Amino acid sequence: MYAQMVKTEAKRLKSREEMTPEEAAFQDRIEAGEKIEPKDWMPEGYRRTLIRQIGQHAHSEIVGQLPEGNWITRAPTLERKAILLAKVQDEAGHGLYLYSAAETLGVSRDALIAKLHDGSMKYSSIFNYPTLTWADIGAVGWLVDGAAIMNQVPLQRTSYGPYSRAMIRICKEESFHQRQGYDILIKMCLKGTPAQKAMAQDALNRFWYPSLMMFGPSDKDSVHSAQSMAWKIKINTNDELRQKFVDQTVPQAEYLGLTVPDPDLKWNEDKGGYDFTEPDWEEFYAVLAGNGPCNRERMAARVTAWEDGAWFREGLMAHARKAAKRGVAAE
Amino acid sequence: MSSEWPLWEIFIRGQHGLNHRHVGSLHAPDAEMAIRHARDVYTRRNEGVSIWAVKSDDIVASAPSEKGPLFDPSNSKVYRHPTFFDIPDEAGHM
Repeated sequence: MYAQMVKTEAKRLKSREEMTPEEAAFQDRIEAGEKIEPKDWMPEGYRRTLIRQIGQHAHSEIVGQLPEGNWITRAPTLERKAILLAKVQDEAGHGLYLYSAAETLGVSRDALIAKLHDGSMKYSSIFNYPTLTWADIGAVGWLVDGAAIMNQVPLQRTSYGPYSRAMIRICKEESFHQRQGYDILIKMCLKGTPAQKAMAQDALNRFWYPSLMMFGPSDKDSVHSAQSMAWKIKINTNDELRQKFVDQTVPQAEYLGLTVPDPDLKWNEDKGGYDFTEPDWEEFYAVLAGNGPCNRERMAARVTAWEDGAWFREGLMAHARKAAKRGVAAE
Repeated sequence: MSSEWPLWEIFIRGQHGLNHRHVGSLHAPDAEMAIRHARDVYTRRNEGVSIWAVKSDDIVASAPSEKGPLFDPSNSKVYRHPTFFDIPDEAGHM
């Protein structure tokens, strides 16, 4: 998802008998549906896993601005440009809500950003694909934000209070993102020229499998997922969410008159869902390892923005310190 | 010296005269910028008509370990709720 393959440090799940009294009381609170708040006692593994997960999620929001930012100056109309600007601004806000949630766990935002820039923390694989045409902006909103919503809606019920509250706020804003994407494609597919429809089909062809990858490889046998689910910082398995996404998205593609690029896609009456082809997991691991089409470009853009803004951040801070000193002197 | 901007807690009052409510936090170098950032981050959809920004360091909070001593005593004082008292129907609306 926006957070993919988050490790928990667990070798296996602890049984009740193996837990310390504190750990058992903590697990009881989680199972009773209580929210864990920043000052509450929590296992070190829970804290560190959440920092990784929320941090990766925050990084994805911020890096996710880049492929869309590419089209702000190229949007076909002033209205589309204003809408895209608003969406990209929302992503910055979502990054901020999530960094704030991570900070309640005792890590600074600058430390998280430093880890993103030195490659020791990841962001979602999806943002390492290029946005080549305007239809890609439609596909990103429809598919990428659609997949994100699939993951984020259940996370509103996650056990960590600040994370849950950030998710509630994000979900409120996110459905605009998906709709604006689909709206772009409606315009191109149902009211556009054959060339525009072909462009939309091409975007779907390129974004379909990378979108399925967003949920991460099957984790039904993963001890990390089992631990995260026991802690309620993960609510569904990757396969469950992927299936849900496919079932929801195929009819939307049909409405647009587009073909999902999967010759084996077909409705399975028995399971009440579609059978579909898994994405190429070799490609997924290559992208995570830094070898996707745009990894270097994305990180270079991030690092340049951070470094070019340093004088500004420092200048405002120096001004604030001086003003504070003057204020104290005047009293 | 660290150039990381300090953390602020943001409170917003909505349209209908309710209290300011905590909505989240943000980093800003000073109070003026905290208000500006809060406007951009927390009122993009008409959420508010007034903003308070408080430095996170200045917030004093109760400790989770004091939850029992602080809040349990009110559990036994059900008479503080109007539903504790039975008023006969004949007495009319009260």
